[in-house]
Amino acid sequence: MKYDHILIRYGELALKGRNRSDFEKKLKENIQFAIREHPSCKVRRTYGRMMIELNEEKPGPVMEKLRHIFGISSFSLAMKANNEIEAIKEAALQAFLQHEGRKGTFKVSARRSYKPFPVRSQDLNQYIGGHILRNTDEVTVDVHHPDVEVVVEVREQGTYITCGRMAGSGGLPVGTAGKVALMLSGGIDSPVAGYLAMKRGAELEAVHFHSPPYTNERARKKVEDLTKILTSFGGRIRLHVVPFTELQKAIHANIPSNYAMTIMRRMMLRITEKIADKQNAKAIVNGESLGQVASQTLESMHTINEVTNMPILRPLITMDKQEVVEIAEKIGTYSTSVLPYEDCCTIFLPSDSVTKPRRDKAARFEEAFDFEPFIEETVKKVETLNIGSEEESADQQMDDLL
Amino acid sequence: MYLDNSATTKPWQEVLQAYQEAASSYFGNPSSLHKPGVEAETLLNKARESVAGLLKTKTEEIVFTSGGTEGNNLAIKGTALEHRNRGRHLITTTVEHPSVKEAFWQLEAFGFEVTYVSVDREGRVRPEDIEKEVRDDTTLVSVIHVNNEIGTIQPIQEIGERLEKFPKLYFHTDHVQGAAHVPLDLYAAKVDLCTISGHKFHGVKGTGVLFMKEGTVLSPLFHGGTQEQTYRAGTENVPGITAMAKALRISRQRLATEEQRLCQLKDYLIHRLQEMEEAEVNTPNEGAAPHIVNVSFPGLKPEVIIQELTKRDFHLSTKSACSSKLQEPSAVVEAAGLGLARAESAIRASFSFDTTEQEITELLEIFHEIIPEMKKVMGAKR
Repeated sequence: MKYDHILIRYGELALKGRNRSDFEKKLKENIQFAIREHPSCKVRRTYGRMMIELNEEKPGPVMEKLRHIFGISSFSLAMKANNEIEAIKEAALQAFLQHEGRKGTFKVSARRSYKPFPVRSQDLNQYIGGHILRNTDEVTVDVHHPDVEVVVEVREQGTYITCGRMAGSGGLPVGTAGKVALMLSGGIDSPVAGYLAMKRGAELEAVHFHSPPYTNERARKKVEDLTKILTSFGGRIRLHVVPFTELQKAIHANIPSNYAMTIMRRMMLRITEKIADKQNAKAIVNGESLGQVASQTLESMHTINEVTNMPILRPLITMDKQEVVEIAEKIGTYSTSVLPYEDCCTIFLPSDSVTKPRRDKAARFEEAFDFEPFIEETVKKVETLNIGSEEESADQQMDDLL
Repeated sequence: MYLDNSATTKPWQEVLQAYQEAASSYFGNPSSLHKPGVEAETLLNKARESVAGLLKTKTEEIVFTSGGTEGNNLAIKGTALEHRNRGRHLITTTVEHPSVKEAFWQLEAFGFEVTYVSVDREGRVRPEDIEKEVRDDTTLVSVIHVNNEIGTIQPIQEIGERLEKFPKLYFHTDHVQGAAHVPLDLYAAKVDLCTISGHKFHGVKGTGVLFMKEGTVLSPLFHGGTQEQTYRAGTENVPGITAMAKALRISRQRLATEEQRLCQLKDYLIHRLQEMEEAEVNTPNEGAAPHIVNVSFPGLKPEVIIQELTKRDFHLSTKSACSSKLQEPSAVVEAAGLGLARAESAIRASFSFDTTEQEITELLEIFHEIIPEMKKVMGAKR
């Protein structure tokens, strides 16, 4: 007998009313996506819980993937026994013996949600505890601070036994909050902003501005890689690569250099809004942090924000650089983000950008050229990639070589 | 019948296919900015992830090299040079591979002091003997994991645990013979540096890995570009690395199914050799790798036996391929205190996952036929 299930718990708060079934459905989908490399694992919803049947898959790699999924509060390895007292006793003993870590003391916490089962919880505690004591050496019961809590849950379909629990990522399942368009550069901040939006259940439509040949293939590859990392926290992400060169050239030609950056950001926002509309996203997320650089002063945000009335969410707005870096390191985007390739924010950028642009001036400068056709044309040429889906054939070809 | 797999192995077909495909489809320089370059870099990164996954390390801890000799030289000289201002004392054993031994000899010529810890009759070093030699100015300890001549497994984990008390000291192991058949859990063994060579597990020649635990710094041997986190300049051997990743993956799968069989095969060969009165088995019965059997026929020249065997299509070797062209006794057998007669007459059979019982039985038959014959001719003189 061995651990052949993983029991997944999720927060209770979000589980009111109609949300519940959406929440559970999404979470199940996200779990299935995360463990797609383990096809024999089966995910089942039981009342208020999720259960993975491992079916001979090794638990380690599966659990590693679960750690990153939003909406899970904790999870445990579990053994399943038939609803018979002898079977439960033996399974509990095996679960205890196979539990890894300190186990000098333990307690049993039995819960009998399936009332037709004839043994009451209190009695179960005693029977199971006694069985473990009889079959181990130098193990004692400690009901206050046990090394291991053997949790026994008697349910209609069987009894599940777990020892200890691992913390999940918390948050809400990606997709339950709806969709947002993430403005994804190749830097440190925007992937973190995306991650935090996902934490609260947002599904991402990533938007990246690419200006070939001024930004190179590697910068684009880097953004694809970052998007791929983000998929491990939720599910597939569509990456919209915006060909930005023509518009940038037009800005360069028509706008005074100290306002070029402001106007460029306004154009980016207009384009992102159009993509968001098309994808039915209800907000835009970016990695701005107040006062961090010239484009992120309050005046700058005020002027840039003018072009859209779609909500712009800025998860990093109050964070220091160091705090952002810490999250980037934790989620594994940092080492990719710091690769030194130009992106469209760093190239074309004049050194004399105003730090306090004004709305009226920006609007007046924009009148210098008819930008609408550029925007239409750009949006038309957006290239959309499905990151995290299996049809990335080049990737598959490479994987086969290894 | 190829029984010299400790010298090198025959690349597997799948491995060669991967090599060829990588060499023709992903020929770009991984440092180039264009598409072929980006693709080659992507493949390289994937290979690095794959190798790190199989070795259970972090991706950043993998440095690709040209093989065992380079890995050992880089680990030993690189560490000694980098930390030379902190100390110039190094520790190793008397049973190391030439690429370790000679690297230490060069460092001695540069003014470093090296302590060579001796081994018991099974060729095994005692962890406490290593620990005893540690001084304030010791910067590196290097111990081979599986001995390349006689197969003895060194207690790397116990040594690593003992050395943990000395946080400023680096611990390197030459894992070239162990990587396929007795893989180390590198984190559990507390090693900082670990050398692996691709062609010892059916990869292609010219490929290897130096594991460098996070936080380890060393002075590179090759200077130039910023490849391999600047620890090893030079355009990466993408097809070779791809092939090595494939070979390592297959090796792990084969180990899972063949380990028992190889152990039994080794025990079978050892026991049957022990029954021969002319033979003295140098490989220990316990605590040795499942793929190496070393035996001496005292009084006989091993080169002659090798010649006769190869004529009959059985290919064995005298000792390490890196030293077998030198007409010298086996330094390992000698260091184990088994006497000059055994050291001068040692030969080594080394298996692969593909070695069969049939082959071993035939080998034994040939021994029974040719050894008494040779004894008559050569043995009389002694």
